[in-house]
Amino acid sequence: MKAVNSMKIEFQSNSANEGFARSAAAAFAAQLDPTLDELGDIKTAVSEAVTNAIVHAYPDTIGKITLKARLFPNNSLDLTIRDWGRGIDDIDKAREPLYTTGGEDRSGMGFTIMESFTDKLKVKSTPGRGTTVTMHRRFSTRAGRE
Amino acid sequence: MKTRAYYKDGLLTIRFDGELDHHSAKPAVRVIEDGIDTHLPKHLILDFKGLSFMDSSGIAVVLKAFRRMNELEGTVSVDNVPAQPQKVLDMAGLGRLIKIAAGVKEA
Ligand SMILES: Nc1ncnc2c1ncn2[C@@H]1O[C@H](COP(=O)(O)OP(=O)(O)OP(=O)(O)O)[C@@H](O)[C@H]1O
Ligand SMILES: [Mg+2]
Repeated sequence: MKAVNSMKIEFQSNSANEGFARSAAAAFAAQLDPTLDELGDIKTAVSEAVTNAIVHAYPDTIGKITLKARLFPNNSLDLTIRDWGRGIDDIDKAREPLYTTGGEDRSGMGFTIMESFTDKLKVKSTPGRGTTVTMHRRFSTRAGRE
Repeated sequence: MKTRAYYKDGLLTIRFDGELDHHSAKPAVRVIEDGIDTHLPKHLILDFKGLSFMDSSGIAVVLKAFRRMNELEGTVSVDNVPAQPQKVLDMAGLGRLIKIAAGVKEA
């Protein structure tokens, strides 16, 4: 499907950018006239992916992160969060609920939240090269709402 | 994010205003742990009324508060939880460990 609109932003892996990134994604998604719940889901999913890049991809350095969003004519949205950091050895294991390498500051729920707050989650990663997370989310059409 | 702590008669209440994420989690944990260590309360309430956003970083914050209170044989509840933070808390099944009360639904 061909995107009808798209955006891409690039930012440093500073934790202050977590709020910036999820707000930017929500502001872009606003074109779909989403419900508050739908906006909350988008913000949460983006926050999880961006936080992972900040915390896990670049544990002791500041690196580059990109957030891309593409909007499709059927009221759906693709969100892609990419880093060039450490990468993930075993993606299936990383996606399991409660799996974490982050100790007691983390709960191992990030991927599980991304998966359940969107309709589709794809994770591509190469150890030492980086990780790309793509999420797809359909939005309710106005007519179908209460 | 802003956090404020109130203590009275064994009850420590910590109010959260703003967004709880990885960026704001560390100072929030400090306020909770300092409050607990200063007052040694019997019960801790995390008041989420003003919490406009929370992600998985908040799950770890609530769990830390729960563990610390458990060591003191005290209890924790999370009050006035808005819809978005509630959805994230539900994912972690925190309702099995801690009493969680939803906030008033906005019109
Ligand atoms: N961008 C990334 N780069 C490198 N490793 C990652 C990345 N994203 C996730 N991981 C790995 O996958 C694990 C699981 O990620 P997930 O987001 O599900 O949980 P978490 O980040 O550990 O905890 P939480 O998200 O609940 O705070 C992480 O602990 C980390 O080892
Ligand atoms: Mg995570």
